[in-house]
Amino acid sequence: MSIPSPRNDWILMAVFTAAVLAMPVWLAPIGAAYPDLLQKFAIFGIFAIGFNILFGLTGYLSFGHAAFLGVGSYAAVWSFKLLTMNVLPAVLFGTVLAGLFAVLIGFVSLRRSGIYFSILTLAFAQMSYNLAYSVLTPITNGETGLQLTLQDPRVIDNAISAPGEGLPWTELFGIKMSGYPGFYFCAVMLIIAFFISLRIFRSPFGMMLLAIKSNQTRMSYTGFNTRPYLLVAFVISGMYAGLAGSLLAVTDPLAGAERMQWTASGEVVLMTILGGVGTLVGPMLGAGIIKYFENIFSAYNDQILHGIFAALPDGIEAVVVAVTGLFVGEGWHLTLGALFMIIVIFLPGGLVEGARRIKSFFVRRSLRRHGIRTDQPVTRV
Amino acid sequence: MTKRDSDNPQGFSRRQALKLGAVSTVAVGAPAFFTRNAWAENFRNDPGNASSVTFGFNVPQTGPYADEGADELRAYKLAVKHLNGEGDGGMLNTMTPKHLKGNGVLGKKVVYVTGDTQTKSDAARASAKRMMEKDGVIMISGGSSSGVAVAVQGLAQEMGVIFMCGLTHSNDTTGKDKKRYGFRHFFNAYMSGRALGPVLKEEYGNQRQAYHLTADYTWGWTQEESIKNTTEELGWKTTATVRTPVGAGDFSQYITPVLNSGADVLILNHYGKDMINSLTQAVQFGLRDKQVNGKNFEIIVPLFSRLMAQGAGDNIKGILGTTNWNWSLQDDASKAFVKSFGQEYGAPPSQAAQTCYVQALLYANACEMAGTFYPPEVIKALEGFKFDGMGNGPTEYRAADHQCFKDVLVVRGNENPSSQFDLLKVVKIVPRSQVEYDPKIFGGDLGPYKV
Repeated sequence: MSIPSPRNDWILMAVFTAAVLAMPVWLAPIGAAYPDLLQKFAIFGIFAIGFNILFGLTGYLSFGHAAFLGVGSYAAVWSFKLLTMNVLPAVLFGTVLAGLFAVLIGFVSLRRSGIYFSILTLAFAQMSYNLAYSVLTPITNGETGLQLTLQDPRVIDNAISAPGEGLPWTELFGIKMSGYPGFYFCAVMLIIAFFISLRIFRSPFGMMLLAIKSNQTRMSYTGFNTRPYLLVAFVISGMYAGLAGSLLAVTDPLAGAERMQWTASGEVVLMTILGGVGTLVGPMLGAGIIKYFENIFSAYNDQILHGIFAALPDGIEAVVVAVTGLFVGEGWHLTLGALFMIIVIFLPGGLVEGARRIKSFFVRRSLRRHGIRTDQPVTRV
Repeated sequence: MTKRDSDNPQGFSRRQALKLGAVSTVAVGAPAFFTRNAWAENFRNDPGNASSVTFGFNVPQTGPYADEGADELRAYKLAVKHLNGEGDGGMLNTMTPKHLKGNGVLGKKVVYVTGDTQTKSDAARASAKRMMEKDGVIMISGGSSSGVAVAVQGLAQEMGVIFMCGLTHSNDTTGKDKKRYGFRHFFNAYMSGRALGPVLKEEYGNQRQAYHLTADYTWGWTQEESIKNTTEELGWKTTATVRTPVGAGDFSQYITPVLNSGADVLILNHYGKDMINSLTQAVQFGLRDKQVNGKNFEIIVPLFSRLMAQGAGDNIKGILGTTNWNWSLQDDASKAFVKSFGQEYGAPPSQAAQTCYVQALLYANACEMAGTFYPPEVIKALEGFKFDGMGNGPTEYRAADHQCFKDVLVVRGNENPSSQFDLLKVVKIVPRSQVEYDPKIFGGDLGPYKV
């Protein structure tokens, strides 16, 4: 990463925007360019970027962010059911409601720090999950998940025109929000979310959060009350999760309780660490990789493997297929686990650190070739 | 303008602005290039002139229903083999009326893709979407949970891809959540209740107190309701109905209260690993050795499968339940299927395997009947289709709710199994007429043919 400067930030923004919008092109060779997965990349990118605002800047590790994702989804689906199939109110409600929910949880959880904070958030998320799963069944429809039905009131839509035959689509002023239009809607949201995150990282508020991360006690002694800053960061991050949750509902109008399960909270932690905690693009990368594994690797079966290794001699092919078969299909968790261990052990800063190391290796080599001494480590190039 | 730019490091130079503009144009324009072909086809994933057609098999490979999922996948692979004219043909030899020729479907070779539903609605829909959008499947089949079936069926209707439900037993699947693009061969909770009723009365009398433990989702709810209605008609009382989370693992906290509730029958509305765990724990807690109200304490598992019986071991001996199909049936179709499945995998098929195998064949057969893969025509061919020679005797796909009607088996855990697979004994074959009902009682709306 280059030295932060307004100019470099604009370049970063431009590159990021182009990369996100062109995803259908450059992801095609690896078989990831289909609308559903592209939508997931964008949505979980938002989720991870938001999580990183809390975890990357303040160092507070929340283990309950999936609760906000779920709240966002439920709010969005209810907006589709009660008001209109237009996605804007759904996104708005999802984000705002998740924000309110974050105020409540954050207010209590942020009284503690470190592992106690993590456990408190985990407890709240698990509580929300169980509420959604059984106690609040009239609102959430339990394990079956909340779905649209023909009998929904949809007051705004039905006031404008008579309901058609079959279930309606989520739409943005007539544009169907599934397939590629849905992806572009999510992509625009992702770009906005990334921009806001960038501004927060560069703002005095972001500095304040970083200062809390490096030494909260010192901050208190210099007379700062850190809790409001933490709460704001927590709520922003919760709203990002709510936005991601409502986008999940926008692209597929169904909300299930499993979105709030602790595994979903753990997933976003993995994404952030895999990509690089506290970096701008890291969480997005991590989200992409995990979703790619989940959707593509899990679909490999023996038939496909036999096709890939068909060129090998028969005996060897069977062995190769048997061994690789362990790591794909239902074994995709194993591959992901191994990758995660390698990253954490060798690249504690995540993939972004890996990229930085490669870059500095080449820079150093070219400097050496030009006869420049490189005793001092080249950082920040 | 340029002058001001050099003063203002935040602004763009003209060159930068032009570059950015060019890049964005390419980026925004690109998808139009990729989606252009979409206009050429008149239905989703039309195989057109391709030499093969792709089926999508979406089964649980992880989670509480993973055993059923693994067996379903085996059955699908076998079905594809038989459709392509490989192997011994299995039920293709017994099916009537049959339009399949053993050369694929409509002359196209059948290939397949697989996915993991994880027994979660979200994951199942993501996996199904991948099949529809990326792999270009013409139909999707599978699933071992009604929650998943209802979720994927909704998606199938939206996307216009036919979904042949795998193992799903909830009344909702072809009741209030029924869809034009969803079809179910498996029986449902209402039929289980109807079939079990007379046998329960015969075995346990009409003065019983029942306690329900129910898996907390659509299937559990409807099964609890159906069984409760049946037993209350017999004169039984319902002491309590308790909901338990799917995949709970430990049921001891739910079983302890049963001991002192005054109930003398425990009804386990559980399936898969949940049922194995709850039944094993109930037996360990000594429920079956107890005497309550002067009667032996009994346990009933309304939906039974051989895979579960295998997992629960000795605990299932003597326990009553219903099943869609059992490999010990002696009709030609069942024998042919068991033989070719056994040759392939070295074990007899489960009821999940049978229903999935039959579903794949029925879909392929309907395409041959319709002469096209165009979904509305295939749907019309399946609606009201009457067939035989698929292991369940004469069967009909009812047009009004896409539910198959056929005989239901009441089974009992075998006291003296002759092999490790001989775990269920058929007590009674309940004829179709006794389990039939008016489609209107569950409500719901199939929706349009064309989407």
